[in-house]
Amino acid sequence: MIRKSISEKASADLPSPVEALIDRYRHNGGLRQYVVYLAFVLILATFSVILHDDGFLSSSNLLNIGRQAAPIAVMAVGMAFALAAGEIDLSVGSVVALSSLVAAEIVGNHGFLAGTLAALGASALVGLVNGLITVKVRIPSFLVTLGMLGIISGIARNWNDLRSLPIRNDRFSGIFGAGGLGPVSSLLIWTIVVGALGHIALHHLRWGRHVLSTGADRDAANAVGINTARVRISALVVSAAAAGFAGVLLAGRLSIGRHDLGEDYLLTVIAAVVIGGTNLFGGRASILGAVTGALIMAMLNNGLILMGLEVADQLIARGVIIILAVALSMREAKEG
Amino acid sequence: MSAAPALVASGISKSFRAVQALDDVSIELHHGQVTALLGDNGAGKSTLVKCISGLYQPDAGRIFVQGAEHRINSSRHARELGIETVHQTLSVIDPLDVAENLFLNREHTRGGWLGARIGLLDKGRMRRECAATLARLEIRIPSLRRTVGSLSGGQRQAVAIGRAVAWGQQIVLLDEPAAALGVEQTQRVLDLIVNLRDQGVAVLLITHNMDRVLAVCDQAVVLYQGRKCAEVDVAGASKDDLVSYITGARSTDSGDGV
Repeated sequence: MIRKSISEKASADLPSPVEALIDRYRHNGGLRQYVVYLAFVLILATFSVILHDDGFLSSSNLLNIGRQAAPIAVMAVGMAFALAAGEIDLSVGSVVALSSLVAAEIVGNHGFLAGTLAALGASALVGLVNGLITVKVRIPSFLVTLGMLGIISGIARNWNDLRSLPIRNDRFSGIFGAGGLGPVSSLLIWTIVVGALGHIALHHLRWGRHVLSTGADRDAANAVGINTARVRISALVVSAAAAGFAGVLLAGRLSIGRHDLGEDYLLTVIAAVVIGGTNLFGGRASILGAVTGALIMAMLNNGLILMGLEVADQLIARGVIIILAVALSMREAKEG
Repeated sequence: MSAAPALVASGISKSFRAVQALDDVSIELHHGQVTALLGDNGAGKSTLVKCISGLYQPDAGRIFVQGAEHRINSSRHARELGIETVHQTLSVIDPLDVAENLFLNREHTRGGWLGARIGLLDKGRMRRECAATLARLEIRIPSLRRTVGSLSGGQRQAVAIGRAVAWGQQIVLLDEPAAALGVEQTQRVLDLIVNLRDQGVAVLLITHNMDRVLAVCDQAVVLYQGRKCAEVDVAGASKDDLVSYITGARSTDSGDGV
């Protein structure tokens, strides 16, 4: 019977580890998985050569790039989860401002820890509201968070009549942004911590697998009993909380809370995440890619300024490079 | 194999707005037997499966599992009762690998109590058990680390069925499991079904292929426009008999009774 041939096949040897690795490489997306890293190296090399005399590779400039990249990277990690779950969070920029203001307000009166927790808590609360409305009222998160962007921006503007709130707390500023461990900036440390936590959550926690499943095929995820409503809400909470943490980092570095912090981050963050290999429509995410994407965005920003481009030309050049990178990272996705 | 039927669904009705998808349908599944659920497109087959597997709540009717009545209010609940389903649209998740799909929402964790709380996955254990399960079912997949999205249609189907089979200790519902499969792959699915039956599992098989019904099924329940129009022993039935029930030309369950 047919059964005989099946058992023969079943008893065939398992492939060797090297074969398995090659097999995985070929079938899990091939080169596409690494486009963002290639792009990173390519852009770094290009700027290193043409901007050699402008000090692109000087330690102070690299530090500068890292400083710019840190809040973008932290937000990108959060956004990667929202996108992976099949949602999107357009309110992240406004949450950065809200978080910085809450931190500034509370740190002054109640100290470092209370201020930090309040800022993160307020941000997570925004994400919770986003998620609950998205799931319970069945409005696409695109629209919910677009509305929330307006609401939170308005609250931030009203907070102190458009004036910034100073933060006079050395501990807060030292831990979040201004200080560091020896020569290593605390911003770098926090970025690595958030990136590592995100990577572990995506790949090694049940929650991460459920986020991906929900974004890839919500009906199928439901059918195996995953509570996809809760997963979607949690992804939006994580996205907002990450934005809140980016706000804390900015507040720490600048020692202020202000209504316009993070205002123009949204598109940069989305570009970083998508360049990094996360699918804009759910089901595929890369945390390391998102962080690398954030570095690319900061590097582009920095390099184009050093090249002496006018603001208008910077915008054009950045737009072209982003479209190219996204096209590359998505082209093969269709085949996979 | 207990004497009580594995599953009894009695008087199930379900309507969607004006459409009466199921009208007073009853079905019994027995341990160690394969029951075919037949009917034309739109006859209500998938709706009945979804009522039993917890995705739909029937408007009326009762469901007994191993003799005890349950209101199955979610797919999670159905799984807890030992009911596994392979839906027509596959319930595999493309970006996850084979082992992750097999253990989806039943993941093993490591790291003790804390690991269980935060859901720290024990990937090694899941891969080992996955390999053992697939070997037992004679399902061959190139690599368990491959994402399911990169597998062929037949392999994906095998993973979906493998998952249902691996966990379905009592009752397995298969909605068109061999749709869009090649000849050899279809034969493997049928082998799997026979394998399950021999292990005492109650199997419900939805299919349009009469040869498959005759090959592996013990009973056949035929739906016609949301009502049960026939319930026959496959052994005594011919292909033509089954087709005439499906098209509504004949009925064993008509108003005046049989």
